Amino acid sequence: MNELLAQIRTRLGAFELDVELSAPAQGVTALFGRSGSGKTSLLRCIAGLQRAPGSRVQCGEEIWQQDALFVPPHRRAIGYVFQEPSLFAHLTVRGNLEYGWKRVRPDERRVRFEDVVAWLGLEALLDRRPNQLSGGQRQRVAIGRALLTSPRLLLMDEPLASLDLESKGEILPYLERLFAELKMPVLYVSHAPAEVMRLAQRLILLEEGKVRAAGELNGLLTDPDLPLAHLDEAGAVIEARVEGHDEEYHLTYLQTSGGRLTLSRSSLPVGAVSRVRVLARDVSLTLTQPEQTSISNILPARIVGIAEDRDPAQLLVQLDLAGSRLLSRITRRSAASLGIGVGMEVFAQVKSVALMA
Amino acid sequence: MGLTEADWQAVWLTLRLATLTTLILLVLATPLAWWLAHTRSRLRHPIAAIVALPLVLPPTVLGFYLLLLMGPNGPVGELTQWLGIGTLAFTFTGLVIASVLYSLPFAVQPLQNAFESIGQRPFEVAATLRAGPWDRFLSIALPLARPGLLTACVLTFAHTIGEFGVILMIGGNIPGETKVLSIAIYDHVETLEYGRANLLAAGMLVFSFLVLLGLHLSNRRVRLYRL
Repeated sequence: MNELLAQIRTRLGAFELDVELSAPAQGVTALFGRSGSGKTSLLRCIAGLQRAPGSRVQCGEEIWQQDALFVPPHRRAIGYVFQEPSLFAHLTVRGNLEYGWKRVRPDERRVRFEDVVAWLGLEALLDRRPNQLSGGQRQRVAIGRALLTSPRLLLMDEPLASLDLESKGEILPYLERLFAELKMPVLYVSHAPAEVMRLAQRLILLEEGKVRAAGELNGLLTDPDLPLAHLDEAGAVIEARVEGHDEEYHLTYLQTSGGRLTLSRSSLPVGAVSRVRVLARDVSLTLTQPEQTSISNILPARIVGIAEDRDPAQLLVQLDLAGSRLLSRITRRSAASLGIGVGMEVFAQVKSVALMA
Repeated sequence: MGLTEADWQAVWLTLRLATLTTLILLVLATPLAWWLAHTRSRLRHPIAAIVALPLVLPPTVLGFYLLLLMGPNGPVGELTQWLGIGTLAFTFTGLVIASVLYSLPFAVQPLQNAFESIGQRPFEVAATLRAGPWDRFLSIALPLARPGLLTACVLTFAHTIGEFGVILMIGGNIPGETKVLSIAIYDHVETLEYGRANLLAAGMLVFSFLVLLGLHLSNRRVRLYRL
């Protein structure tokens, strides 16, 4: 029961932040928006690092801010991961991890020191100094340090933005595993669509200090009215379960609510649940089920929306596959020659599927 | 030829003065430097300028005004007489007060630089890790400002030992009370005892060199811990 409710109203120079948001007791809610949309300020107001008089913040039963009440940041049960790891240079890794841990009463600790160290793979680093760590290692320590305060709310401000590609790849699996374990709301600020698609369950889209849209991840990703659907890497993210492997052809079969998907042999065990990303540009449409084709993923779908795309030569088609939404980007000419319209039953040919694990 | 008892007395007095000045300045300069590093008050610049004054003023100017203030007709002097302590001029206490003022910038400026270079971020991080304001000051500000703290101590100590003009003005030359090393050397030269002057002067030279060398070496080591 740690649901987060926040109404933040504040003015920073010419910029005005006016946001009302909630995050469920478990799972990752991504705050997505361009730089300057107010994501970081919003997070800082929720943490109490920035004053926003007239705002209201509640986490579970605890009210952190309301009217004249303002609980200072050090009395809020938050874990905050900053964009730069910001480790204390005068302490070792162990000292950094213990900093918050020691300041939480033993009977209020809900994680074990060794567990956090193990989750984040920090065993071998404990006696090092921050300046002896790589960027990815430092950020892992920063995440562990935040978790060791047994927070009721985890706030992450673009934790991967300061890292190079290699470090990002190194840290993502840790985050995924962590988010599956944590029993608290996670607010994850990002402006990288790939990160959001991989990590978030819910999405809050910020534009110029206001909420443009909020909801379940795939619903927002595939909504042609929102800018996300018009990105180059626009696509859908759907939940999938590993159904089986084909050892002869080195394939893995995935079960999704929209049907079965085939892709290259994955190392995931049968029964594992993961998510797949299907890019809009990899989905083409046919009116009849093709019989002789090299494309192995062909799923029946219904057209629920057709929208203009950024490129006037192309259209964005929103598809419904038994409840899952998919996007298809096709040329305006193909749409005309197929004669497609909303409500039509078609087949979606998926050229490529990326398993996100 | 060794040091005479009078010379030893001067050495001992000087060390006592420098130690006391350093301790007092640590207590006074740390909050002042913290305030200067973080305040947005308009008073910031005038106060920073006042703190820096002893750097540019001839010591005799500072000593002259202190003498007037603490003398029997000065406001401080009248206060101390009314309190029944007599006047502070030509006493060890007077020397300590003068040294504290004279060495103030040597303590405040390294500390202020150190506090400023830490920035806000470590304190915000510490706040999200449940550390209250005092806790943050003790567990983050002081350790991260350690090089500045060390520099402030060494400079204050060394600068007090080398003081001459202010002391001559305010303290005079009373053995065991205000006759510090630099004055003793001056006396020896005046009475043409070059050998004894040389002994003390060479000792100070070596001491100063060792202090500065130690400061550089320790600061180099500390810098390695910086990110």
